[in-house]
Amino acid sequence: MLELRNVSLNLDGTNGAGKEILRNVNLKLERGKLYAITGPNGGGKTSLAKVIMGIYTPSEGQVLLDGEDITCLGITERAHRGIAYGFQQPPRFKGLLVEEIMKIARPNLDTVQLRGYLRDVGLCPEDYLDRDLGPGLSGGEIKRIEVAQLLARNAPVTILDEPEAGVDLWTIQKLISIITKRYKGNSQGIAIVITHNEQFLPVCDEIILLAEGSVQERGTPEQIWPLIRDDIVCKMKGQCGGSVYGVQ
Amino acid sequence: MEFSKLEKDLLAAVADLHTLPQGAINIRKDGQAVLRRSSPNIEVIGKADRPGIDIIVKPGTTNEAVHVPVILTNSGFKDLVYNTFVIGEGADVLVVAGCGIHNQGTGVSRHDGVHEIIVKKGARMRYVEKHYGEGGPDGKRILNPSTVITVEEGAYAEMEMVQIKGVDDTRRTTTAYVYDQGNLKIIEKLLTHGNQEAESEIEINLVGTDSTAQVISRSVAQDGSRQEFKAALIGKERCNGHVECDAIIMGNAQIRSVPELVAESAEAILTHEAAIGKIAGEQLIKLMSLGLTEKEAVDTILSGFLR
Ligand SMILES: Nc1ncnc2c1ncn2[C@@H]1O[C@H](COP(=O)(O)OP(=O)(O)OP(=O)(O)O)[C@@H](O)[C@H]1O
Ligand SMILES: [Mg+2]
Repeated sequence: MLELRNVSLNLDGTNGAGKEILRNVNLKLERGKLYAITGPNGGGKTSLAKVIMGIYTPSEGQVLLDGEDITCLGITERAHRGIAYGFQQPPRFKGLLVEEIMKIARPNLDTVQLRGYLRDVGLCPEDYLDRDLGPGLSGGEIKRIEVAQLLARNAPVTILDEPEAGVDLWTIQKLISIITKRYKGNSQGIAIVITHNEQFLPVCDEIILLAEGSVQERGTPEQIWPLIRDDIVCKMKGQCGGSVYGVQ
Repeated sequence: MEFSKLEKDLLAAVADLHTLPQGAINIRKDGQAVLRRSSPNIEVIGKADRPGIDIIVKPGTTNEAVHVPVILTNSGFKDLVYNTFVIGEGADVLVVAGCGIHNQGTGVSRHDGVHEIIVKKGARMRYVEKHYGEGGPDGKRILNPSTVITVEEGAYAEMEMVQIKGVDDTRRTTTAYVYDQGNLKIIEKLLTHGNQEAESEIEINLVGTDSTAQVISRSVAQDGSRQEFKAALIGKERCNGHVECDAIIMGNAQIRSVPELVAESAEAILTHEAAIGKIAGEQLIKLMSLGLTEKEAVDTILSGFLR
């Protein structure tokens, strides 16, 4: 089980003043389940993932993995404990090849598996294995390669940050089926997908709605999806003076 | 010719020579040619008036390589050599140069190489030069190559110059003249650490119509090392030139990058891109999230960058 206890996060704002990013977050995430985290831009989803990965240290509270307090562990140690995070905006590396980063993600990967993971995210291995992870790749390509690394790692705790961004509908469908097959009912694994995707949300075991740095709602897709939809309708009505297109 | 383990290691480091290759070769050790051999198409001749050799590649020679590594093993030895390369019309060859210094003593070991390269009409040459130094902390290892290269009409030359650690002081000058439809590509890769200093000055004269040149410099300066990179492109006719230098700075190092573009024709297109910066935190975090330690992450980023 992955547990966040009273986690708060303050980061320096632009003018040097402390800014509250996460406020008193309490979450217990069980193995065998697929979770979605959703919510408005700037709500704190990525920050929460970074707290779990050890990239941000919470100002207050603890992170526990199977009862062990890992709040003070660094990123590398958490990676070794089986936590993996797929970046929302993956950095680029001049000179590092796709094949190399895949093998860093999963050192004993053989060529057949490697090609398989690239195909899983809709990339043709022949065209990509020896591509450089520098500025020559498109945003969608770099994003797919990021997701491929996470698939290759196959970590017990996998967090994907908006995997749908820059990825086409067919690939999303495939990704959803891979993730659900792997993590739903798998007593070893927890998958957390930060997503706004209408196809992804309904298949998750639970949806966590995060806004303004705290958990607003949490429940099954049947419970949460209507709330999200109503909220969208409300906001759009407010913004566009009553006319809503495409949302009933 | 039998080489010691030390000599073999140096040769492997600078010229990838794990076994003695076929074909033309000249191995210079502490100021003496210890092995010299010509091939039917590539002549290697000692200069009569001063130290050094002439390498003459017959027109039309293809798929051949010539190896001309230099090694220094006597601490305090100062070597000065003049080499001339003439790549005949229509030839297509690989030249492997390079210098390795082993200095276990306290003296200053130094090699100054003065090279003249002429790539004749329509010929193609790839030139690879690696610098390598090793030995104790008290000795100094200095390398100062200076090269003048002429790329004739329709010829192509690619020069790859690599220096990764071990050399305390380098001053490199490269001057080039590129004629009609000639094409020159220079790739420099440099890593300095400790108190090392490295300077590279490149001047490319695009003298012919439709001549092109490209300079790609990738460097890493660590610890208290200092680097200076000057690249001048001088376009005299309708031509196209591009310089790209990218540097990673670490510790207390200093890097100076000085671009110069001179257009003497309205048809000259010259561009320059330069960037100096430290390793991005996001890059380290990303690799650490895949399980690498911070040090492993740095090494991975640098070796990719200098590939
Ligand atoms: N390193 C940082 N320094 C300062 N502020 C930050 C930092 N990281 C995030 N923030 C701020 O924290 C808030 C939450 O950001 P976060 O990236 O977690 O949101 P998000 O829910 O992932 O948004 P999105 O849907 O746009 O990805 C934002 O207001 C953001 O500007
Ligand atoms: Mg985000």
